[in-house]
Amino acid sequence: MYRSFADIRTALSHGSITVASLVQQYLGVVAQRNGELNAFLETYNEEALQQAYQIDQKIAAGRAGRLAGMVIGLKDVICYQNHRLQAASRILNGFHSQFSATVVERLLAEDAIILGRQNCDEFAMGSSSENSAFGAVRNAADINRVPGGSSGGSAVAVQAHMCTASLGTDTGGSVRQPASFCGLVGVKPTYGRLSRHGLLAYASSFDCIGTLTHTVEDAALLLEVMAGADNFDSTASTQPVTPYSKQVQEQPKCGKVAYIRETIESEGVSSEVKEHILQAVEILQSEGFTVEAVDFPLLEYILPTYYILTTAEASTNLARYDGVRYGYRSPRATDLESLYKLTRSEAFGKEVQRRILLGTFVLSASYYDAYFTKAQRVRRLIMDKTKAILADYDFILSPTSPTTAFRVGELSDNPLQMYLADIFSVQANVAGIPAISIPCGNDTEGMSIGLQIMGNFFEEAKMLAFARFLMEKCAN
Amino acid sequence: MKTVSEAILSQYELVVGLEVHAQLSAQSKIFAADANRFGDAPNTNVSVITLGHPGTLPMLNEAVVEMAIKMGLACHCEISRYNIFDRKNYFYPDLPKGFQTTQDKTPICKGGYLDVKARKGNSKDYWVKRIRLNRIHLEEDAGKSIHPADADYTLIDLNRAGTPLIEIVTEPDIRQPEEAAAYLAVVRRIVRYLGICDGNMEEGSMRCDANVSVRKKGDTKLGQKVEIKNMNSMRNVQRAIEYEFVRQVQVLESGAKITSETRLFDVNSGRTFAMRTKEELNDYRYFPEPDLAPFVVTDEDLSRIRAAMPELPEQLVEKFQQVYQLPEYDSVVLTDEREMAVYFEQVCALTKHYKAVSNWLMGPVKSYLNETGKTAAEMPLTVRQLADAVELTEQGALSFSVASKELFAALVNQPEAVAEATARRLNLLQESNTDTLLPFIREIVAKFPNEAAAYRKGKKNLLGMFMGEVMKASSVKIDPKKAGELLRQVLES
Repeated sequence: MYRSFADIRTALSHGSITVASLVQQYLGVVAQRNGELNAFLETYNEEALQQAYQIDQKIAAGRAGRLAGMVIGLKDVICYQNHRLQAASRILNGFHSQFSATVVERLLAEDAIILGRQNCDEFAMGSSSENSAFGAVRNAADINRVPGGSSGGSAVAVQAHMCTASLGTDTGGSVRQPASFCGLVGVKPTYGRLSRHGLLAYASSFDCIGTLTHTVEDAALLLEVMAGADNFDSTASTQPVTPYSKQVQEQPKCGKVAYIRETIESEGVSSEVKEHILQAVEILQSEGFTVEAVDFPLLEYILPTYYILTTAEASTNLARYDGVRYGYRSPRATDLESLYKLTRSEAFGKEVQRRILLGTFVLSASYYDAYFTKAQRVRRLIMDKTKAILADYDFILSPTSPTTAFRVGELSDNPLQMYLADIFSVQANVAGIPAISIPCGNDTEGMSIGLQIMGNFFEEAKMLAFARFLMEKCAN
Repeated sequence: MKTVSEAILSQYELVVGLEVHAQLSAQSKIFAADANRFGDAPNTNVSVITLGHPGTLPMLNEAVVEMAIKMGLACHCEISRYNIFDRKNYFYPDLPKGFQTTQDKTPICKGGYLDVKARKGNSKDYWVKRIRLNRIHLEEDAGKSIHPADADYTLIDLNRAGTPLIEIVTEPDIRQPEEAAAYLAVVRRIVRYLGICDGNMEEGSMRCDANVSVRKKGDTKLGQKVEIKNMNSMRNVQRAIEYEFVRQVQVLESGAKITSETRLFDVNSGRTFAMRTKEELNDYRYFPEPDLAPFVVTDEDLSRIRAAMPELPEQLVEKFQQVYQLPEYDSVVLTDEREMAVYFEQVCALTKHYKAVSNWLMGPVKSYLNETGKTAAEMPLTVRQLADAVELTEQGALSFSVASKELFAALVNQPEAVAEATARRLNLLQESNTDTLLPFIREIVAKFPNEAAAYRKGKKNLLGMFMGEVMKASSVKIDPKKAGELLRQVLES
């Protein structure tokens, strides 16, 4: 099994594999393990093999793209032309996307292969990948545990070597938290670094496409290929994209690193998680970094702010799923109103309904100012305070999640407890800054622990180089 | 409806505010590249963005921003520099995203006003009313729901979904139904001048809703307003307001209260009816559209757009009176359509007989356009032809009545024809030169010495005989006015 794309390239150049044999190998693992893991909703076997043969020819002819040999899975919220798209929801039964996401176009242009679409929490709402119309995803390290969410299927597919890398989406930690639970590298870039064209919206001002890989280097290469301005997304940034794949190899300067005191001292953080983070802190100090605890008094407001704003956006983003033009339509509908009500009640899962209702509530005239307006102001404060820390420090460290992967069903009846799994990851989305989760060891039960690094706006290159460095040190 | 006496009506004051939706004639839709076209086969101009497919994002069409700014500048508005869009949330089958993208908190144009001239019936007298604007904002249109009669289904055409609109909202400044009609005429003239909307109310490219209330004269508090929809002409807006004024006064006089509601105007009966929907008060849950980056209007944008603006009717009316010395009436008529005003000025660059040009345009040219159902964009004569025709008549080479009938008819849609050569070919030219005519007339008079003597003795009706002889004897057409003048001169000398 190949852990990194570099390994694959080496094997390809030695001729010990072909892209076709690699795809077959991945499909073999899917056939073997997907039944219990439920990571892929479907794979495009024939198509992927056809592409692989063509890419092998291109390699032979010396005109293959930079991602020749990269086999990628897409979370079921990313559009791929003429392929199904349904956000792991019944409401999009039978829907096929008529276009590909900009990021997918850019991957394909460099000869990446899209292997299939991956299971997740319905509409990317969840922290365990249990809220799927297609059943829960299982953690490949222990199938009684969740893989985290919402990009759980994407994480497990990489974890179980069903593909080289996955694209997930991260609205409040949905790439980083599953990366943490599955022992992977998960990157959420700066908001606007990657085009959202072709990303099925959950909360537009938070949503980011992110990567799940085994190595930071692979993440850097994928980001470099996918990033940049887009004529189909006015919120995509025009900031120039730098060669992340080279920059990731640079030795980070021994700068200043902050960790938010509460993220390590809080009672909610498991002792083993805490221990590993502190070990990483010691490693950094021994490498000459200055690491200091800082206070972030707004921490307790981050989750409420996040849930008010994301549910508000979700409630209108999901209004289009009404049974009129595509997807599921209730067969019991008798008139327009019952068409709407029955369709949406029957086809949206409980968590999605909960968030639509919450969002509708916070936007309603009588509560708008008390919730939505206030949350917008708090978001601005959180952004400013986060920027202030990043003005003094190069990075902010924290655990990615307070615990390691919990058991399937453990938190299903307790949404508030479930929401806490994202308590450290949502800050980056609220502020819009880039963040990465890297593995920094396992707990005594063998479950992986993730360390999160947050960087400053559009400083992906610097953050990736630092993450690569720290991940290597933690592994030794 | 029971009638209310004039005496009672006169105790009340009408208060009206108008909301005008104008479809912008941009090539593509406001947030998508689909063609923005009326009349295509249903559901053909519908990309995934218009259809609201998952994963699609809006991209603002900058041309529509420019059009809205032009309208704002024409209406003396303040232009917002930092603009965002908002989502107006409601469910309807012809609204693909489940929300309409509009501007709630930051309209592109704020404040402003339009001065309108209103008159009662066909009266020449008018009064000028300043109607303040509250705002002009950009938004997208919804699709069209078609409910076939006797069908148990509804057809949806999404071609119109995403059509760019501006909504022009007035303050409640209108006090007379005629002011509403006059305001609409001004708005329509401006959008046509700016070339941003065809202003066609019958086809729905310009639509008007009226918020109507009444109050006792002297009251400062506004009465409960009623929204009236479905008025597809300026005339109907006026009729609906007239009806609604009386209706509301009557309701109040009967001791009842005005209900907050939306009413539809029925063209046939001339009445308004409460819409038969059980719509509760809609909470649209406006919130800032996160899928569109804010757009900023810079000083450079503004000066560029200002520079590209055509002269507007109110400026031209002023100019036509000052520069071309036209009466106000002519100035108003000639500036009604921009093409007419432009044409007038082009002709006036070739001849100094401005009033004669105006007479030509308001007379034979306008009649021709009316009879053939053409617009001022389809002028029957070239600028040069009209200028030459004006010059010929002013020199007396042919009479206005001959020129406006025969020469005009010969030149219509013959852009190659030259006016003077055509007149000559048709033998329309007449001799009016004194030096040429005088000897010839003396000659004729000399042939009839007895008659000349009789004339001098008082038989003035012999002039007609002399005229006949002059005309008969001439090999070319003679200007009868001039000939009569000279004949009298010769006979009486």
